[in-house]
Amino acid sequence: MALDDSSISSAERARRDFKRRKKNKSVGLAMLSTLAFAAFVWFGLLATPGWQRVETSFFNWEVAIEAFPRVFDGLLLNLRVLVAAAFLVLITGLLLAIFRTLKSPVFFPLRVLSRGYVDLFRGLPLIIVLYLVGFGIPGLRLEFLGRVPAEVLGTIALTLTYSAYVSEVFRAGIESVHSSQRLAARSLGLSYSKSMRLVVLPQAVRKVIPPLMNDFVALQKDVGLISVLGAVDAVRGAQIEAAKFANFTPYVVAGLLFVLLAIPTVRLADRISRKYSEREQMGSTL
Amino acid sequence: MINWDKPRLRVTGLKKHYGDRVVIDGVDLEVFPGQIVALIGASGSGKSTLLKCLNLIEEISDGQIFLDDEEISAPGVDEDEIRAKIGLVFQSFNLFSHLSIMDNITLALKHVKGMSKEEATKIAQKWLDRIGLGDRGDSYPDKVSGGQQQRSAIARAVAMDPKVLLLDEVTSALDPELVGEVLDLIRDLKKTGTTILMATHELAFAREVADWVIFLEQGKIYEANEAKEFFANPQQERTKAFLSRMAL
Ligand SMILES: Nc1ncnc2c1ncn2[C@@H]1O[C@H](COP(=O)(O)OP(=O)(O)OP(=O)(O)O)[C@@H](O)[C@H]1O
Ligand SMILES: [Mg+2]
Repeated sequence: MALDDSSISSAERARRDFKRRKKNKSVGLAMLSTLAFAAFVWFGLLATPGWQRVETSFFNWEVAIEAFPRVFDGLLLNLRVLVAAAFLVLITGLLLAIFRTLKSPVFFPLRVLSRGYVDLFRGLPLIIVLYLVGFGIPGLRLEFLGRVPAEVLGTIALTLTYSAYVSEVFRAGIESVHSSQRLAARSLGLSYSKSMRLVVLPQAVRKVIPPLMNDFVALQKDVGLISVLGAVDAVRGAQIEAAKFANFTPYVVAGLLFVLLAIPTVRLADRISRKYSEREQMGSTL
Repeated sequence: MINWDKPRLRVTGLKKHYGDRVVIDGVDLEVFPGQIVALIGASGSGKSTLLKCLNLIEEISDGQIFLDDEEISAPGVDEDEIRAKIGLVFQSFNLFSHLSIMDNITLALKHVKGMSKEEATKIAQKWLDRIGLGDRGDSYPDKVSGGQQQRSAIARAVAMDPKVLLLDEVTSALDPELVGEVLDLIRDLKKTGTTILMATHELAFAREVADWVIFLEQGKIYEANEAKEFFANPQQERTKAFLSRMAL
């Protein structure tokens, strides 16, 4: 917009004035409706008969401050589990996906096994996997393992379940790489494994980053479930504090912490998805 | 230019079927070093399938393929090694979209021929200069025109120094104004003695550049002749019908 007001034609000035008026009008409208909505929710909530009780048992400042340290410590455990599980899931999921795309008859058992694995763990509710692993593995009484901490068992259960999801994402990504890219790689003399490593996987990984981010956000919430095995994470910490004060506020604190943790990831996921879908569209035009 | 001593590529009794569907039905052909052979025929006549069989990307159903003296269709040959000696360029989507044009060309030089990065880059740069993209090596395929993409794909194939270059309708996905630059590159390759077998529906170009023309119909060679003679004096009824359909 190098043009200043004096050099533009009257027609353009009229257009700009019109656009500005229109924009001001929409901004005003948005503000008004937001205010109206907020007021509606606020007064609606205050007007409910039980609000007084809910406020003291769920939104109690003193309890929140008292409970915060333990809940926060617990969250650090969740974070550690998250990082470990995410790392293990990526590796296991990718391997499962590769096993499923192997064509050679030599790999038949591997292919069938990974397929069965994915079917099983995509169907099993995570909570059941947690119980089976959490109480099943210690039940085996393997002396050399010693006492396996609950968070480790939780990480194993999360990895088992999420690897199944993530392997499906990877497999879809591998299959979505245009077949002529594979042919082009093979026609240059690259072996199957080299064309996989140098051509197919790098392209597949780009395509699966957005859905992987979604699974990561889901995992971020589900790490809270390791508390059912007795790991003292944010949820379990909140539980302990809640019992101490006979008040539910610690759960709200834990919930808010999880949300705060998720917001950056969700935003990042959106940004990355947008970026890659743009590139995808450009790439597909010849 | 053409060395008539011994064929570079020799195909005898080649057949290919998918299930019951016969797509290549007993093809014999020879391509001599330095020769340019054009493969023409209607859509579905089997041109792409034939080229893919020659590159061993498709498994053949019968017949034999020889590259120089080696039977490349023999059981137990190292197919990857053979493919590295035979360049193949498709109609479109040739370039690896996640790699720059330079890296597209150097990939196989490094990972198939085992060259160092410096060696590979030197060869790639030489080819980029030759196709007029000397300063575009860092660009990604989606940032250059379709014609530039196809020229890069051809450069990637010839940079491997193949014994024979197979081109499958490399201009048919291009806008008309971009076709010329790709055809110019093929003319240029002819001057340096590259051996080429190309499926094309650019009949005028085939007449100008090809030494020999093969007409394929329903997986069979119906007629083959020297280019000038083929177009001036088609012998078979089907050939005449095809040529008049293509309005030449
Ligand atoms: N994988 C496949 N399975 C079954 N049939 C196939 C397969 N690939 C090709 N065909 C069939 O083989 C025949 C020849 O196909 P091909 O692609 O070789 O023809 P073409 O001469 O290259 O045609 P075009 O000029 O349209 O590229 C077609 O009838 C096609 O349907
Ligand atoms: Mg074809």
